[in-house]
Amino acid sequence: MSDLRELYQEVILDHNKSPRNFRELPGADRHAHGDNPLCGDVVTVYVGLDDETLREVTFQGSGCAISQASASMMTDAVRGKSVGEARELAETFRSLLTEDGGPGAEAPDAAALGKLAVFTGVKEYPMRVKCATLPWHTLAAALEHKQEIVSTEA
Amino acid sequence: MSLATPKAVAHAYDVERIRGEFPGLHQEVHGHPLVYLDNAATTQKPRAVIDAVERFYLRDTSNIHRGVHTLAERATATYEGARRTVARFVGAPAAEEVVFTRGTTEAINLVARSFARPRLAPGDEVLVTWMEHHANIVPWQIVCGEAGAAVRALPIDERGVLDLAALDEALDRGRARDGNRIKIVAVGHVSNALGTVNPVREIVERAHARGVPVLVDGAQAVPHMPVDVAALGCDFYAFSSHKVFGPSGIGVLWGRSEHLAGMPPMLGGGDMIRSVSFEGTTYADPPKRFEAGTPNIEGAAGFAAALDFLSGLDRESVLRHEEALLAHADEELAKIPGVTRIGTAPDRAAIVSFSVEGIHPHDVGTILDGRGVAIRAGHHCAQPVMRRFGVPATARASFALYNTHGEVEALAAAVRGAQKVFGV
Repeated sequence: MSDLRELYQEVILDHNKSPRNFRELPGADRHAHGDNPLCGDVVTVYVGLDDETLREVTFQGSGCAISQASASMMTDAVRGKSVGEARELAETFRSLLTEDGGPGAEAPDAAALGKLAVFTGVKEYPMRVKCATLPWHTLAAALEHKQEIVSTEA
Repeated sequence: MSLATPKAVAHAYDVERIRGEFPGLHQEVHGHPLVYLDNAATTQKPRAVIDAVERFYLRDTSNIHRGVHTLAERATATYEGARRTVARFVGAPAAEEVVFTRGTTEAINLVARSFARPRLAPGDEVLVTWMEHHANIVPWQIVCGEAGAAVRALPIDERGVLDLAALDEALDRGRARDGNRIKIVAVGHVSNALGTVNPVREIVERAHARGVPVLVDGAQAVPHMPVDVAALGCDFYAFSSHKVFGPSGIGVLWGRSEHLAGMPPMLGGGDMIRSVSFEGTTYADPPKRFEAGTPNIEGAAGFAAALDFLSGLDRESVLRHEEALLAHADEELAKIPGVTRIGTAPDRAAIVSFSVEGIHPHDVGTILDGRGVAIRAGHHCAQPVMRRFGVPATARASFALYNTHGEVEALAAAVRGAQKVFGV
């Protein structure tokens, strides 16, 4: 197996301990609630929009270090991006963690992820991938105006 | 109790000989010897169980209760023999009171559907406890929802001990001229999340005094302690094979014959009928009435082998060994700053739920796995318990007869290692 330090990198532990943008956003233009019924992780993502730009993104919730750090770093990463760019980043993040990269597969662009590349270690822990992707699914749902709760177990 | 005594007894208990019977224990995980402490989820299988399943496949593969050929006779003998083994194992007065199901969950659903549902009317109640597994909550919610009845949960205290006064109160409040509005009490023998051993005999006495039947979810009790359904006095007792060292996919509902006799089938099909015509079908007597379709025959063979394996051990010394492991685990975890145990009832089976300050249980689970230590992290299918204790999840180490004191120490060392990784 890969080293546990690959999974629990310093930056992940730091965001877990002191999550950024961890608050409700009063008057949020969009918000969505996500949960992972298998493990009980819950997250609510709030988005404040200026036209098509994500002016402010915050979250609340509880869960493991991977889910908390992923949510925290996501809120930093998508602030100032357009809705389209945020969706694209969510998709890149998801594919980086879930796709095999078998023969002929297009390698996901780790460089496009910037700081978020610290989550590539999660791929080695299939049981934990959903912890990292839950906040991103929830953000995507918020941007799509979905009212229902997003679940990792559809 | 003094710690010296159980350790001395544990020394006399030949755990290495027992470990030798379980091939699955002897492997490495991530370069460390496997320390399997997830026994409340499922148990490893002894050689005798593996052999019994293999023997069935190699020699006896056939369907049961039909066919007059030799293999069919052998398969039927295996399956019905397993039923008698189960009956003996739990002190059932008759083998016909043993219904094979897919497991505890299906057994409870069968009682909810076929015993409780016809008795439930609007305003009636089913009593459960705050410490139940979802399998002993959701089936009751489904049938109560249909009937306009309600599921009421009895409170537990901060140690995880059931409030028996609340049981009395609920049972008395339910009294009506034509019986009791409480139609059944459904209680776990041992809590999977807290380890609490419930005083089943007392619960049964109190319920029966008001004419209310009792179902016991025994999934977590049977692997740890001798169970005698006649002595407990309950009406139904459910448990699963895979938690007592047998194959998964098979379990048992034991029910008093007078109850089973009046219950309609839950599933229709072959093997559960007396005669079928388009004018009308008559059902077989219990237990076959509740066993539609070809059952898990090889599972029954393995299940019986598991119970025979347990019966071949001195159950009293198994219990002492597990008590010593539990005391040792409590002691080791208490020494670690930041570790809080959840579930501290005086009477507990060898299950320890705990939280580590600053580390989510899933992270504890992943880090422990990196050291070969398998535990469960999560809500343990007991979300009301988690809410009661104000935690989203816990880490849980659950012991079996093959665990060792060295493994308790490996658990404690791995928890300290997790704290180091997280810098807490």
